[in-house]
Amino acid sequence: MTVTDLVSYEDALASYDPVMGLEVHVELGTRTKMFCGCATAPGAPANSQTCPTCLGLPGSLPVVNATAVESAVRIGLALNCSIAEWCRFARKNYFYPDMPKNFQTSQYDEPIAFDGYLDVQLEDGEVFRVGIERAHMEEDTGKSTHIGGATGRIHGASHSLLDYNRAGIPLIEIVTRPITGAGERAPEVARAYVAELRELIRALGVSEARMEMGQMRCDVNLSLMPKGAQAFGTRSETKNVNSLRSVERAARYEIQRHAAVLDGGGVIVQETRHFHEDDGSTTAGRVKEEAEDYRYFPEPDLVPVAPDRAWVEELRGTLPEPPRVRRNRLREEWGISEHEMQSVLNAGALDPILASIAAGAPADQARKWWMGELARRANEDGVELSALPITPEQVARVCALVAEGSLNDKLARQTIEGVLAGEGDPDRVVEARGLKVVSDEGALGTAVDEAIAGNQAIADKIRGGKVAAAGALVGAVMKATRGQADAARVRELILERLGVQG
Amino acid sequence: MPGITREEVAHLAKLARLELSAEELEHFAGQLDDIIGAVAAVSEVAGEDVPPTSHPLPLTNVMRPDEVRPSLTPEQALSGAPAQEQQRFKVPQILGEE
Repeated sequence: MTVTDLVSYEDALASYDPVMGLEVHVELGTRTKMFCGCATAPGAPANSQTCPTCLGLPGSLPVVNATAVESAVRIGLALNCSIAEWCRFARKNYFYPDMPKNFQTSQYDEPIAFDGYLDVQLEDGEVFRVGIERAHMEEDTGKSTHIGGATGRIHGASHSLLDYNRAGIPLIEIVTRPITGAGERAPEVARAYVAELRELIRALGVSEARMEMGQMRCDVNLSLMPKGAQAFGTRSETKNVNSLRSVERAARYEIQRHAAVLDGGGVIVQETRHFHEDDGSTTAGRVKEEAEDYRYFPEPDLVPVAPDRAWVEELRGTLPEPPRVRRNRLREEWGISEHEMQSVLNAGALDPILASIAAGAPADQARKWWMGELARRANEDGVELSALPITPEQVARVCALVAEGSLNDKLARQTIEGVLAGEGDPDRVVEARGLKVVSDEGALGTAVDEAIAGNQAIADKIRGGKVAAAGALVGAVMKATRGQADAARVRELILERLGVQG
Repeated sequence: MPGITREEVAHLAKLARLELSAEELEHFAGQLDDIIGAVAAVSEVAGEDVPPTSHPLPLTNVMRPDEVRPSLTPEQALSGAPAQEQQRFKVPQILGEE
């Protein structure tokens, strides 16, 4: 393999302006496929979710999934798009065994949604508007397994195996207008756009949009033009970049690679490129010598989709608060900084925190536990916060126990540990582990008396006015009660016993 | 006069992965040209007031509810496949040696 030359990111940006185009495919969370009633549940045995329609057998006829069309319209509206009054599906013909029909049913020049935008917010709060060219409906392809080559690659394979369970699952492809003017922040904008789109798709409830599961995939098109130039350069298309971090890295790498080629007097070849997660590089795939000829033509087996205007307006009424607006509102309500909010988002803590608040926890307490103890645990275990074996309701219950004085912070942490260890609900853990704060004044009084008796020298110092020395006695009481006493109350009792004012 | 050239037929044959001999190309180019001519005659009949159509029936919004219907069993799905392996359709090498 040849080593690819790169110029430094700073040097690249000093000479060129990047232009990006992002194509995102979202797999809808419908129960059935786009054009037939086959189930879409993941994890089914190979080829157990197929029928004559999605296998392209003669005589079968597709019928479009009403929920998928509704989802497409809602996505379009949420992206501030116009919704077509009348549009058709088209056949995209190509030769590759991932579609048994030998064509993919897609939309060509009549997308269901077009001319929109999505405002995305960068980490420092700057808002960047990304133009949306179109969002159209299509279907996913089957899954190929390549046999006989190295590490499952198509190169060198002797043959391939096809599972068509995924063939026909509804996809929405969302295409941006060329993104210009982002300059050095282009990779950041790309990442923020995909992140915002993912939040939006989730808020709409049309897909879980989990990139690691392939439910959302991004192609990054990138070109450079010399500063001040008007015409776009030749672009490369980096395919299937499947995490937010990778989107940013792929854009950054391509900027550096293009700059090296152009600086060296070379020309950029229009080609697809593959992104490599391990080192963040891209390598050449298929060269596009000419615009691909997919011989698109209107799908004769499907009738046009003509979304009724009243229905479209009704769907507009179901749109959620835009994620960016919602985040800023919550940030203000909670009184936290942009940076703190970003940490909450990066930790994937927003939804758990909100769910705990909905279950009665004060916002600051919910944030404290999810961003503290629980985020640390999730990080240690290498899992998402939402995957921890504790529910937002359980966290809210711990907050309530602290608020009523039954638990102090230390005991609350132990309670959470118990819940995470599968010992049951917080109340059960408190009971079983005997974690309740000792609030029985009699028992506490005895412990205080014992501490004073056992530490006469310290007690004398306190009597003599060295109130700060009380800490040592508080420590002794806490030790005796195995941390289950209310430290503030213990201090009060000690000072009371010794006749000193706090 | 709309028509189709020999070069265009050769391009279509390439896209459709059909190997045509020079004779066949000549033969089909002639036939296709006749067919296109016939279709063009229909276009001439259609006036300004007749919109192009991709479907014979004036229908829109034919949809089905998002309800799961029984699929074929994997055995049924694979019954017409020339080759199979691991309950999957087996296809020949996709990329040739380079």
